[in-house]
Amino acid sequence: MTFQLTEEQRMIQMTVREFARKEIEPIAGKWDRESLFPEETISKMAEMGLLGMMVPSEYGGAGLDTVSYSLAMQEIAYACASTSVIMGVNNLVCEPLLKFGTEAQKQKYLVPLAQGKFIGSFALTEPGAGSDAANQKTSALLKDNFYILNGTKMFITSGSHAKVFITTAVTDKAARHHGISAFIVEKGMPGFSIGKIEDKMGLRASDTTELIFENCRVPSENLLGKEGEGFKIMMAALDGGRIGIASQSVGIAQACLDAATRYAKKREAFGQPIAEFQGIRWMIADMATEIEAARLLTLQAALLKDRGLPFTKEASMAKLFASEMVNRVAYKALQIHGGYGYLKDFPVERYYRDARVTTIYEGTSEIQRNVIAKLVLSTED
Amino acid sequence: MNIIVCIKQVPDTTTKVRVGKDGKHIDPGGVKFIVNTYDDFAVEEAIRLKERFGGEVTVISMGPERVKEALRMCLAMGADKAIQLWDPAFEDSDPYTTALILSKAIQQLPYDIIFCGKQAIDRDTMSVPVYLAELLGLPQATLVVKLEVDPNARKFIAYRDIEGAKEVIEGLLPAVISTQWKLNEPRYPTLPNIMKAKKKELKELNAAALGLDSAQVGEKGSRVKVLSMELPPPRSKGKILKGDPREVCRELVRLLREEAKVI
Ligand SMILES: Cc1cc2nc3c(=O)[nH]c(=O)nc-3n(C[C@H](O)[C@H](O)[C@H](O)COP(=O)(O)OP(=O)(O)OC[C@H]3O[C@@H](n4cnc5c(N)ncnc54)[C@H](O)[C@@H]3O)c2cc1C
Repeated sequence: MTFQLTEEQRMIQMTVREFARKEIEPIAGKWDRESLFPEETISKMAEMGLLGMMVPSEYGGAGLDTVSYSLAMQEIAYACASTSVIMGVNNLVCEPLLKFGTEAQKQKYLVPLAQGKFIGSFALTEPGAGSDAANQKTSALLKDNFYILNGTKMFITSGSHAKVFITTAVTDKAARHHGISAFIVEKGMPGFSIGKIEDKMGLRASDTTELIFENCRVPSENLLGKEGEGFKIMMAALDGGRIGIASQSVGIAQACLDAATRYAKKREAFGQPIAEFQGIRWMIADMATEIEAARLLTLQAALLKDRGLPFTKEASMAKLFASEMVNRVAYKALQIHGGYGYLKDFPVERYYRDARVTTIYEGTSEIQRNVIAKLVLSTED
Repeated sequence: MNIIVCIKQVPDTTTKVRVGKDGKHIDPGGVKFIVNTYDDFAVEEAIRLKERFGGEVTVISMGPERVKEALRMCLAMGADKAIQLWDPAFEDSDPYTTALILSKAIQQLPYDIIFCGKQAIDRDTMSVPVYLAELLGLPQATLVVKLEVDPNARKFIAYRDIEGAKEVIEGLLPAVISTQWKLNEPRYPTLPNIMKAKKKELKELNAAALGLDSAQVGEKGSRVKVLSMELPPPRSKGKILKGDPREVCRELVRLLREEAKVI
């Protein structure tokens, strides 16, 4: 199979590439060192339509396909993985609102989110429930047209900058994952606060925070979908989200490869550029090959989604392979830089730290394997 | 206002350029093409004028099939229509014949102002806008860093940076304006506008449609011919002088004088 991009997809790729290389790449290192949230850049990205890419134009989005989204994510991640995760989560938050939101919820939340007037967070994980998300403890009790939420969410991307949080809580404990519901929580609702801001190894320009609910009053019209549908809603969003993380991984990996080849051609040892040594050349060949494979898996999953075909397995495969791949590639890129790769003077040090999280969030590699194995084993022979 | 922008598609500055087999052209294989950097300022200024005074922006480019992509990018930025000028006879046109071809297309259109980038970053001749203004018999302002337009009085005021000073000139519209850095900050096309670009008009005109015969254009009509093209020699390795500072200084001065011949 050859993957042929349409003229528009190529134009989107070129435009986002130019934007990312000019407006983001030169300052990404500073954002990382100083843990600066790229506020201004995010509003430029909003103007371009990057924050609600797959939302139809009547709801303020760019009305594009998943393939275009993947291409754009790759380009943004190439320049700055932190910026790409902020973009990825905002796009991820739009999807359940579009699919399950009422018209009023769409007008109030989806339109400004897709336009990037404010940004959103996706709050599923808890201190005691990550991979086992169904085991969450945050509770929601309906009382006089308000749901009263109590509990803590953990690891929430953009927590301290978002205005809207798609949050899950247990409405019926006995029903296990069928007893989880999804809510649209707004910053400033009584009883809702941002807890600790985590000090992370990478993605340092993106904030990851705790969310605290203490008798937080959420109006009942902010229930997303029906009671008990929360788990289904979040899992459906994550299928698409995995294509986003796979794309992010491909983008970071491409940045690693480009940095490594540039360096290998310049650095000399034993009287020649290190790019002349077979040991280095083979590393470069393996990196390039793995990136290509991951890119194709990712675009394939995106294409299936665009055609309305089942894509859960392919999205998991792409996410698993691409995230493991970028860690191997970042390792080799740093190795090629020698001691200089270990210094903050070269961007590869940042790539290496940023790449690490891709095998963890939006489902660890182990969880992806569980998803894939279940789907492979359940097909009839 | 009817605003026309002439653009050129050029190799990306990050592309590694190779000379083709004939030794007269660059090898287009593997080259990524972009809209000439200075033309982005021209397109941006045109769109701003349209946003302010209303009207229509038409982008024109002479070149083979691939220039359609560059024209679409300008449409995505906000231009309304595009025209591609191409005919096998146009191959190897010099700046004069290029301007001639552009002028024939422009003469078929209504226009109040014509923008060009101040130069194309491939050949760097800076001459098409100048020829174009002459062929159309229009006033011109080149290397413009700030522009004021009064469509009612049919006047423009152009600011130019000249050696050690600023020059302000006033002229009548229609006019040809060539754009320089600092004039504005070109926008990035928004994603929805990229999708809309496909639906905008992109017309093709050949030599016959422009009323040109093949002797006037291409290599035949050109006044300048490329005889050969070669890459600059690779930079030789630097020299490191070692030893007693006094000796090193003396040696350095000698080398600068006798070898590098710079002092
Ligand atoms: C930077 C960052 C940003 C994040 N952003 C968000 C966000 O915006 N919203 C959100 O809701 N969450 C977010 N997360 C949370 C993330 O999704 C979880 O960390 C992830 O799902 C893993 O959960 P955990 O950390 O509790 O690990 P655990 O689930 O405790 O896993 C620990 C280890 O056990 C393994 N394991 C668990 N179960 C199995 C199994 N069945 N079989 C084999 N191995 C298993 C895991 O793979 C892992 O190796 C973010 C995390 C990080 C680090």
